[in-house]
Amino acid sequence: MKRETIVWTILFIAGGLFLSYRAAFSPHGMGKVYVKAEQVNPNSQTDLRTKYIGARPGEKGAVLSIPRSVGLWLAALFTLAIFSFLYRDNVFFKIAESVMVGVSAGWAMVTAGFWDTLVPKLLAKLAPDMTRAWALPKLEKTSHADPLYLVPLVLGIMLLWRLAPRGGWIARWPLAFIVGTFAGIKLTMYLDADFVSQIRSTIVPLVVVLQSGQLDVWASIRNVGLVFGVLSCLTYFFFSVEHRGIAGKIARIGIWYLMITFGASFAFTVMGRIALLASRITFLFDDWLWLMDPNHKRPWEPFFSG
Amino acid sequence: MLDFLKNLDRRWIFLAMLLAVAIPVVMQKTFPEKPTKLVQDAFDAIENLPDESNVLFSFDYEPSTEGELAPMAKALIRHCCLKRHKMFFMTLWPGGLPLIEQNIEDIISKEYEEEHFARGKDYLNLGYNAGREVAIIVMGTNFKRMFPTDNDKIPLDDPTLPMAHDIDRLDDMDLIVDISAGYPGMKEWVQYAASPYGIKLVIASTAVQAPQAYPYYPNQLTGVLAAIKGAAEYEAALGEKYPKYRDPAFNDAIRRMAPQLWAHLLIIGLILLGNGIYFAERIKGTRR
Repeated sequence: MKRETIVWTILFIAGGLFLSYRAAFSPHGMGKVYVKAEQVNPNSQTDLRTKYIGARPGEKGAVLSIPRSVGLWLAALFTLAIFSFLYRDNVFFKIAESVMVGVSAGWAMVTAGFWDTLVPKLLAKLAPDMTRAWALPKLEKTSHADPLYLVPLVLGIMLLWRLAPRGGWIARWPLAFIVGTFAGIKLTMYLDADFVSQIRSTIVPLVVVLQSGQLDVWASIRNVGLVFGVLSCLTYFFFSVEHRGIAGKIARIGIWYLMITFGASFAFTVMGRIALLASRITFLFDDWLWLMDPNHKRPWEPFFSG
Repeated sequence: MLDFLKNLDRRWIFLAMLLAVAIPVVMQKTFPEKPTKLVQDAFDAIENLPDESNVLFSFDYEPSTEGELAPMAKALIRHCCLKRHKMFFMTLWPGGLPLIEQNIEDIISKEYEEEHFARGKDYLNLGYNAGREVAIIVMGTNFKRMFPTDNDKIPLDDPTLPMAHDIDRLDDMDLIVDISAGYPGMKEWVQYAASPYGIKLVIASTAVQAPQAYPYYPNQLTGVLAAIKGAAEYEAALGEKYPKYRDPAFNDAIRRMAPQLWAHLLIIGLILLGNGIYFAERIKGTRR
């Protein structure tokens, strides 16, 4: 047996023993989710549907939820499987990655595509009675079929025609409609919010004087920096004049402004990724292993109390 | 030594990063935070609204960015609960719906159980709506055309949902809070709601998206919570005004600033080390 295989086997056995001990022999166990029943519409006398919401262990009405506990364990094991890629590509990472892709695609198609778009926005408009009987019992009884919605239905079928072996050109018509509509929507709003308003935001006093008559030095420096930054960056992207002499020097300053902006963006990205890592580690230690409890979710003292 | 550092296996760096983040997470040490003007303006926007104002929350994110955005969502909802604002929840992202339900459950139903917030009177989950920016455009002129029912398929005109009866257009909202991770999100709310209608808009955004938000402040955005730092500052502002919220149990984001500090120090150290090795190599090459 290779040395690396031995190391991994020992690590797996040690991890398994630790989890078994925490789950079976520690005073409160680990990785369990408790729920309690609650009425969906507490104000209604007729709507008696109930739903289950999370509860603290030992709380009145709290019961152990097997499905949610299994979900918690799957989330934890998949997190570890994804992290294992940092060591090297392996079968656990591949499984987690495939499940992630499959579930995301299925979720998007069934929930977002079918139940939240096609059913309420198309079928309910074209055939309200049928949709009410089959899928949406709470759909308003006053709803009438709206023939206008035949237009998106036909355009949708035309768009899907692209998949047919012949007549792929038919898909270009709805595509042209989509491109034209979005170009119009985007252009008008972009001109207002990102062009005119941004120019307006750049027109600021270079010397800021407070109501008391005093000079606000920092605000003045900030405004000068803002205006000069915009002008120098615009100069850098102005290619009708050769970047030499004064224009070249201002364009050079524009590059510095851009580099500082890119640096800030990159630093922000790093901060975001670390926040996500800290969040996953908190999930593993808190929700799964029950080693810490910063939000007081459980009625006993945790292993690490901070 | 130079050769050892030059050929250092990157997995040691991953391990160092794991320790730099995991140890402060377990230690749960916190550092004082002071709200910057962008965050204070967002706080004031909610604080200065008259009690029981209409606030629309758009949860435009999915579980992939929950680590960053959930602390902001919690702090903002807590603040609205304290002011007893009427909270409307919606999302333009299909994966945002379970996050709305989770926040309602964790914050409104559990934390404020004694306040007896009622669904339909104090808060309302409108759910997911497909259509991206077109949804915002339609809501601008006819809110109920885009959301004829709430997420439980109860019509907004139903007597059990009185808080929705007077909502006809987007500008019936006193404030919009967009918690955004990308498209559709912050930019679309600025372009299709804040700019054309002049509605007050507060943005809570991921770190990646935050630099895009700054140019809109202060004329088109009332306030910005940028990344986990913004969330920590908001929690600090909330704790300053309402001392109960200085309890670390309510300060998820503040607790996550210690891992940030150590991870950033590690990155800075590694950058300096990398540059040091590079220059040492150059000097060595010149001498030869």
